[in-house]
Amino acid sequence: MYEQIFGKYTPEKENLIYILHEIQDSDPQHYISEETVHLVADYLNIQPAHIFGVLTFYTMFSTKPRGKNIIRLCESPPCFHRGSEKMLLKLAEMLKVKIGETTADGLFTLELCACLGVCGNAPVMMINDDVYGNLTEEKLESIINSYKGGK
Amino acid sequence: MKTLDELRKIREKAQQDMKLRDGDNRFKIVVGMGTSGIAMGAREVMKAILDEIAQRGIKDVLVTQTGEKGLSSMEPVVDVIESGKPVITYGNMDIAKAKKVVAEHIVNGRVVNDYVVSTDK
Amino acid sequence: MKFYRSHILIGIDDTSLAAGVKEFEALLLSELEKNKLADEINILETGTLGLFGTGVSMTVFPDQVTYVNLKIEDIPEIVAEHFLKGRPVSRLALKAPLKKHYDFNYKNRIVLENSGKINPEDINDYLAAGGYEAWEKALLNMKPEQIVNEVKASGLRGRGGAGFPTGLKWSFTAPIQAPQKLFVINADEGEPGTFKDRLIMEGDPHKLLEGVMISSYAVGATKAYIYIRGEYKLCITRLEIAIKDAYEYGLLGKNIFESGFDLDIFIKIGAGAYVCGEETALIESMEGNRGNPRSKPPFPGVEGAWKLPTVVNNVETIANVPGIITKGAEWFTGYGPDGCSGTKVYTIMGDVNLPGLCEVDMGTSLRTIIDEFGGGIIEGHQFKAALVGGAAGVFLPLERLDVNMDYNSLREYAAVLGSGAVLVMDERTDIVEMLYSVIRFFRHESCGKCSPCANGNEMLYQLISKIRKGEGTQEDLDNMVVIADTMFHTSFCALGQSLVMPVKSALEHFRADFLKRLKIK
Ligand SMILES: Cc1cc2nc3c(=O)[nH]c(=O)nc-3n(C[C@H](O)[C@H](O)[C@H](O)COP(=O)(O)O)c2cc1C
Ligand code: SF4
Ligand code: FES
Repeated sequence: MYEQIFGKYTPEKENLIYILHEIQDSDPQHYISEETVHLVADYLNIQPAHIFGVLTFYTMFSTKPRGKNIIRLCESPPCFHRGSEKMLLKLAEMLKVKIGETTADGLFTLELCACLGVCGNAPVMMINDDVYGNLTEEKLESIINSYKGGK
Repeated sequence: MKTLDELRKIREKAQQDMKLRDGDNRFKIVVGMGTSGIAMGAREVMKAILDEIAQRGIKDVLVTQTGEKGLSSMEPVVDVIESGKPVITYGNMDIAKAKKVVAEHIVNGRVVNDYVVSTDK
Repeated sequence: MKFYRSHILIGIDDTSLAAGVKEFEALLLSELEKNKLADEINILETGTLGLFGTGVSMTVFPDQVTYVNLKIEDIPEIVAEHFLKGRPVSRLALKAPLKKHYDFNYKNRIVLENSGKINPEDINDYLAAGGYEAWEKALLNMKPEQIVNEVKASGLRGRGGAGFPTGLKWSFTAPIQAPQKLFVINADEGEPGTFKDRLIMEGDPHKLLEGVMISSYAVGATKAYIYIRGEYKLCITRLEIAIKDAYEYGLLGKNIFESGFDLDIFIKIGAGAYVCGEETALIESMEGNRGNPRSKPPFPGVEGAWKLPTVVNNVETIANVPGIITKGAEWFTGYGPDGCSGTKVYTIMGDVNLPGLCEVDMGTSLRTIIDEFGGGIIEGHQFKAALVGGAAGVFLPLERLDVNMDYNSLREYAAVLGSGAVLVMDERTDIVEMLYSVIRFFRHESCGKCSPCANGNEMLYQLISKIRKGEGTQEDLDNMVVIADTMFHTSFCALGQSLVMPVKSALEHFRADFLKRLKIK
């Protein structure tokens, strides 16, 4: 498992974050399992505890299984000022989840995040690698629907 | 690996190509493809422009991409450049507007004033 | 490309065609030629100007004067008055300007001169724009000391927040003899409201690379890292392409231009932690650790990543370097006031008509930035406050709108330039809510290493939440200041020290908002 990913990086601790990103991106549930931690620890020859420490420090990593699509809504002051709270309510209502939860169909996980650097178009969210700006409640509906078609 | 001399030649050639490219093509269309632009639909706009140009069989137009100019609120932004004329910058573009710009500006040579946000160089 | 001082947009539609617009246009052109203005003023045809029943109409840019119902007899007057003397003929002009056209201010740009113009994924575009001439000059014609001195003379100061003189920073590391020195670009850009570095990396990645090359050579680093936050996917992709192309063109690698100098550039990515923008936390993260800050001294310039001398600079700082090398320190000091030379990128957002960013002279007034580049406050509303410098910034009231945006002028108001972010708020904004959002941000981003910050943030969060619920007291307000002050004096790194500014400024200038929310009035 993960040979292909490991093959790209020398077994040095400095490559840890890269490796975790790649594994998490390739995982259908976008998370790092305990088993994975041990595999990475073996490859890099470091303590599993070190990896757990890193995983829990950075917000982009998850140790729990997540949905197919990760929604990350920006809640930093500029987006907050332009109505991110309202967008959060709308998303929670549409998806019937709370922050950090995954929808029953496994399609979406709803998360909050800090400034994504697209504040000129606040409020902003990211779904997987794509950024959406100038959000409104109507826009949210159509964006979320576009992912339901299997995008 | 290239030597310094080769690099200098490449630079000269690139500069000439730039002029030629402008000369060969009547228009250059430049779509702003930064994160803000893409977040507001620049990919779709780019595709609409390419489709419209292909459909109309237009051959003398170069379509390319660039980063952001900085006017997030007017994204997606599209420049239409005709040599010897000022750059026309269209803002708040969408698929329909992109098609109209191709039809009006590129085909008929008339700037679509309603969508212009800047005419600066 | 030809430069015209004015452009005339003539509307071509059914009404104007019926009114003889073609003849009008031809006569206008010949009148301009007669007055030797045809090289300065350009006529363009446009579709309808959106003015119905107005016959022949045209708009003149940049003046934004729209003339309507024009007759051939009006031509000499317009040319003589408007185009020769610069006085629009008000008798013929439409009262309200048609549409505000935006000035991107490219003439005055340094770090963003190419962004929005060249193809960032084509190295030839950058070369054609004069790219890598500075690298050639620096490597082949200048000694590292000369570069350090030139940057010192330019007065360039760090654009990452603290404003530390760049040349001075380099001069600590340059003379150190070490088997390996490192140069690191801080592209973590996490300060809420800031996206200037993203535009540079997405729009002109080679400019950053050229800056890195020159800077690494100046300090004697043969390995350079660009640490980018994980969320900046497009920056990562475009920089990867740029680095690959730079190797292919011999701009990186071994024995570059046969000078004997080797340089490799690597990308490191973050994974979502604001504190990793702090340079020692960034170094920890680069090494594959949690991003907890280290104590200083030793400063990274002496002992940084893997204990090697490491110079850390911001993206915008280093994007200035190629220009300084090709055009000289004196050219650079021509921008901005004494002690804060150069341009600065300000990001403008919130309740303005045109959110976005501008690159203007350091020291431009806050008012100009908001009105001219942000398009002014949203129609029908008034300015209330601006949060300047990001979340770690200061809430400025109306009375401070004329402050000049540079390190020194802002300091007089106990404010900081920080990353140059300007969040504008109109009279509908409740500063209690905004401060809540700021505190929530810091509470989330505290790395937890030291207790003043970890606990202080939590306490502030509890207090502001209480006030938000209408259960706060006067004492709570006073306690917030005491806590923020304590955090300022005792926190381990600048993150914990930052909250004092938003807390104090909000309570000082917008106390009324807080009093309204208290339990006992
Ligand atoms: C909490 C915190 C976050 C920071 N974030 C950034 C950042 O995102 N980008 C940056 O360039 N500097 C940031 N800094 C400042 C860096 O520590 C450092 O001063 C800077 O990178 C030096 O570069 P400069 O001299 O070119 O400004 C941050 C500092 C602190 C305390
Ligand atoms: S001040 Fe905050 S961020 Fe800095 S070391 Fe202490 S807990 Fe971490
Ligand atoms: S504050 Fe939301 S993207 Fe910057």
